[in-house]
Amino acid sequence: MTHPENAAEFLKDAQKSKWHDETLWFVRDKRDKVSKGIPEWEQLRELASGIKDNVLANLASYLEEFEQNATKNGIIVHWAADSEEHNRLVLEILQKQNCTAVVKSKSILTEECHLNPYLEKQGIEVVDTDLGERIVQFLNQPPSHIVLPAIHLKKSEISELFHEKLHTEKGNEDPAYLTQAARVHLREKFFGAKVAITGVNFGIAETGEFVVCTNEGNADMGVHLAEVHIACMGIEKILPRRKDLGVFLRLLARSATGQPITNYNSHFRSPSHGKEIHIILVDNGRTAQLAREKFRNSLKCIRCGACMNTCPIYRRSGGFSYNSTVPGPIGSILSPGLDLKKHSSLPFASTLCGSCTDVCPVKINIHEQLYEWRQEVTKSQGDFAKGLSMKLANGIFKSPLAYKISGSLMRNALKSLPNSLIYHPLNVWGKKRNLPDAPKESFKQWYQKNRS
Amino acid sequence: MNSREKILSTIRSLTLEPKTLPDIPNFSNSGNLVERFTQSISDNKGEVLTKSEFDAWFSAANFSKVISLSAQFSALATLSLPEDPHDLESLEVAILDGQFGVAENGAIWLEDTQLGLRALPFATEHLVVVLDRNLLENSMHQGYEKIATAHSGFGLFLAGPSKTADIEQSLVIGAQGARSLRVILI
Repeated sequence: MTHPENAAEFLKDAQKSKWHDETLWFVRDKRDKVSKGIPEWEQLRELASGIKDNVLANLASYLEEFEQNATKNGIIVHWAADSEEHNRLVLEILQKQNCTAVVKSKSILTEECHLNPYLEKQGIEVVDTDLGERIVQFLNQPPSHIVLPAIHLKKSEISELFHEKLHTEKGNEDPAYLTQAARVHLREKFFGAKVAITGVNFGIAETGEFVVCTNEGNADMGVHLAEVHIACMGIEKILPRRKDLGVFLRLLARSATGQPITNYNSHFRSPSHGKEIHIILVDNGRTAQLAREKFRNSLKCIRCGACMNTCPIYRRSGGFSYNSTVPGPIGSILSPGLDLKKHSSLPFASTLCGSCTDVCPVKINIHEQLYEWRQEVTKSQGDFAKGLSMKLANGIFKSPLAYKISGSLMRNALKSLPNSLIYHPLNVWGKKRNLPDAPKESFKQWYQKNRS
Repeated sequence: MNSREKILSTIRSLTLEPKTLPDIPNFSNSGNLVERFTQSISDNKGEVLTKSEFDAWFSAANFSKVISLSAQFSALATLSLPEDPHDLESLEVAILDGQFGVAENGAIWLEDTQLGLRALPFATEHLVVVLDRNLLENSMHQGYEKIATAHSGFGLFLAGPSKTADIEQSLVIGAQGARSLRVILI
C-alpha cells in the first residue's frame, strides 16, 4: 500500500485523527517553548551538526577508537554488516546463556532488524519494557512514532487491551491505574530476566562508553538486574569526545518532548563485577547511505522525533501510513535508501514546507533531501499521470490565448461544476480540502478596470 | 573478509571531504544556581527539600526497608546493601550522595562509588539524593568538564523520578523505576 492509501485509512476515524494531529502539535509547541529558554539554542544546533559532520567524515577511525577503548574497558564488541548478522549475534549470546526470556528497552535499530520476530521464532520470549512499546507489542503492532510508540491509540483501547492481557478492571481508563498495572507486570519480568537488550543513544570514541536515555528507567531496570547486557548500536551513533554529550543531551530531550533532559541518562563504560556487556555495531545500509553524497547527512539523525511532531503530513496521516520502521520526514529520507521501490511514495508524503528542517537539532536539510529523493524516484519509474498534466500546462502557458480562455473556464468551472466532479476520486488534492472561492475576474481584467 | 573489515574498508573507500571538529564554548550563564536547580527538579516532577523538611516526611512515613549509602543519613538505614540486586525488590527507600547537580535541567551525577549497586536508584520505591548546595553547575557543559577524566564503570545523570506519558500523553509518575525523587540540598 502507498502512503496516500494508508493515510486515507487513518483519516477514516476523523475524531481520532484530529486528536493525533493536535496532540503532536502540542508536543511541538512544548519543544518551541523550552528551546526558547536557551539563548544559545541555535549555536547548539550548529555545533551538533558540525560535530556530526566531523564524525561522518572520520567514521572508520572513530569506530576503531571506540572499539579499542570499549574492549580495554571489558566490553565485548561485535560487528554486523546487516540485520541478519545482527540478529544471529544476539541469538548466539542468548543461547550461550541458555536464556529463553529477554527484556528489551526501546531500540529503533532492533525494530529495523526485526529482531523480535526472529527471536520469537527461535522460542525466545521478548518483552518490550518501555510502556508504549509493551502496549504495541501486545497488539502485534510496530511503534507508530519513534519516541511516542503508542501515540496512535486512545486510552479506551489501552484499557480494553490491559483488561485482556493484564486483567485490569473492565472500563477503567485511568492512565495512572493502567501504568501501575504495567509496572507490576514489567517489574516481574525485570526481576526474572537473565539478559537485557538496549539500544544506544550515543557511543563515545574517546572513552569507549555508551549512553542510554530513558524517562521510565526501564533500560536500567533491565540491564542492572540481568547478568548480560546486549547493546545494539548503529555505526552512525558515534561521538568523538565525552564533552560532546553536553551539546547532544541539551538538545535531545528538548527537541523530542520539550523536557530539559530525560530523567535517566546512563553511561556504560565497563560491566559490573562478574557480568558481561556486549555491544553490536550495525551497518545495515548505513555505509551505503554514507556513500550517497546528497543523502549522507541524514545519518546525523539522533532519533528525537521532532520532525514527526511538526510535520503536517505525519500529524494527519499517522505513523503506520509510512510502512517504514522510522516514519515521518526523517524516515522518508532514510527508507528509500534501503528499498527505493517499497518506499517510493514516501518522498512525496510532504508539503516541502521545511518545518522538519527548521526543528531538526542536528540541522539535517530534510525537506531538500525529500525533494532530491523525488528526482530519484521519478528517474527510476516515471509518473505518467503527472507527466500528462504537466504537458497540458506547458501548452496552456505557451499560448496567451489558451491561457486567457483556460483561466476564465476554470473560474466558471469552480463555481458551477457539481462537487462530485471536483472532488472525484482521481483528484487526490480534493480529499479533505475545500477549493478556494474563484475570483470573479482575472487579474488582467481587474488591472484594465482599475489601473489603465 | 569479516564484517568488521567489510564495514571499515567500505567507509575507507569513500571520498569524504574533511570536516573539522568544532570547539565547544563554555556558554556561561548568570542566575541563581540553587533557584534554577530547584525549579528544574520540580519541572522534572522531583522535589528539593531542606534537611528538616526531609526529616518531617521521613518520620511521618514510617518506612521499614531503608538503605542509606549517605554517611550523613546512615542512622536511617534499616538494611545494609545486599550482594544480589534482586534482593532490592521490596526496598522502600534508598538514600544516596550525589556528586554534583546541574542547574539548567536538574541532572545529578552519580557513579559506581555512590551507587553501591547499579540497580539501586531504579529498583527502590523512593529515591533520596543528598547534595551539597555548593556543588551546583550551570549547564551540562560545565558538568562534563567536571567529569572529563573521571573513570567509573557506570555513571548516571539522574534528573527525576521514573515517569511516562505513553497513555494518551497523560503524565504518570512511577513507571517502572523509582516512584519519587527527593533531593536534600545541604
